[in-house]
Amino acid sequence: MIVANRKSLEEILNMLKPYKKVLLLGCNECVTVCAAGGEREVGVLASELKLSRAKDGQEIEIKEQTLERQCDHEYIDQVRPFVGDYEVILSIACGAGIQYVGEKYRTKIVLPGVNTTFLGVTLEQGVWSERCQGCGECVLHMTGGVCPIARCAKSLLNGPCGGSSNGKCEVDKDLDCGWQLIIDRLKELNQLDRYEEIIPVKDWTTSRDGGPRKRLREDLRL
Amino acid sequence: MRLNYPTNVKIVKVPCTGRVDILLILHAFESGVDGVYLAGCLEGECHFLRGNLRAKKRVQYAKKLLDEVGLGGARLEMYNMSSAQGQRFAEVAREMTEKIKALGPSPVKNRVRGVQDSRGQVK
Repeated sequence: MIVANRKSLEEILNMLKPYKKVLLLGCNECVTVCAAGGEREVGVLASELKLSRAKDGQEIEIKEQTLERQCDHEYIDQVRPFVGDYEVILSIACGAGIQYVGEKYRTKIVLPGVNTTFLGVTLEQGVWSERCQGCGECVLHMTGGVCPIARCAKSLLNGPCGGSSNGKCEVDKDLDCGWQLIIDRLKELNQLDRYEEIIPVKDWTTSRDGGPRKRLREDLRL
Repeated sequence: MRLNYPTNVKIVKVPCTGRVDILLILHAFESGVDGVYLAGCLEGECHFLRGNLRAKKRVQYAKKLLDEVGLGGARLEMYNMSSAQGQRFAEVAREMTEKIKALGPSPVKNRVRGVQDSRGQVK
């Protein structure tokens, strides 16, 4: 899932300073699971904003709405009947959702209420961890199912480096060395011979280096 | 026991403090209350195992939110007592009332729009 982090109330209040009528949009997908931008977080943020404004004697009207997804225009269309009643949209979906809402309502200012951080998994209730950087050329079949791009702080394809000590990364003593994880997993899978294969230089044009990416499936287009 | 406790304390009954969501607490403040406290079972004696411990964590989190908002986290507290401790219940009610009185009325009292009053009417 895409993991995001709520911005501080202070930052959001600063962005909202000139506005009195706010449409607060949550998203029912990834940001709901990582407890950053779902229906519940919409409720908490709306309450925080109302309390904060009331304390300062300022008015604010907030419409709370959580869409099924903010990355599909069919759902974004659901707010069209009343979007014009609000001065600004505050979205707490991921960066993709926030932008897409802005693309659909071009005369509306759309403000971000979260910082979108990574593609990850839920380690346990309340703990999320990064697993993928969307590099566009997956090497998991060569590295025991552990991604060297996302899990190694240097994204080394042939690691580990000299900063690996007792299975931990020099960047942070609590951070597992990605290449230690790869070697451990290869051992478990009885595939340690793969470690001897040199992974060639990566073609980063499939990643961000090739500019913004687009995917097309002609057979699905209407 | 015929114990007295301050009349300003209004009780909201829940099956377990684990039921108390952060939104419930925030909505109480929106409706203009000056303070909120949770009276949970003693730690280690939750009928639902960890309900009061969950509530404790939520209270800690909600305190931070109240600090950010500017109301002050001190307006929210968590207490633990058993159902056999009537004396302690009355004592806590007095303690919290005095604490909140010292803090003064909530700065958002009657100021949040769209809140239902006790008769269900929207202000």
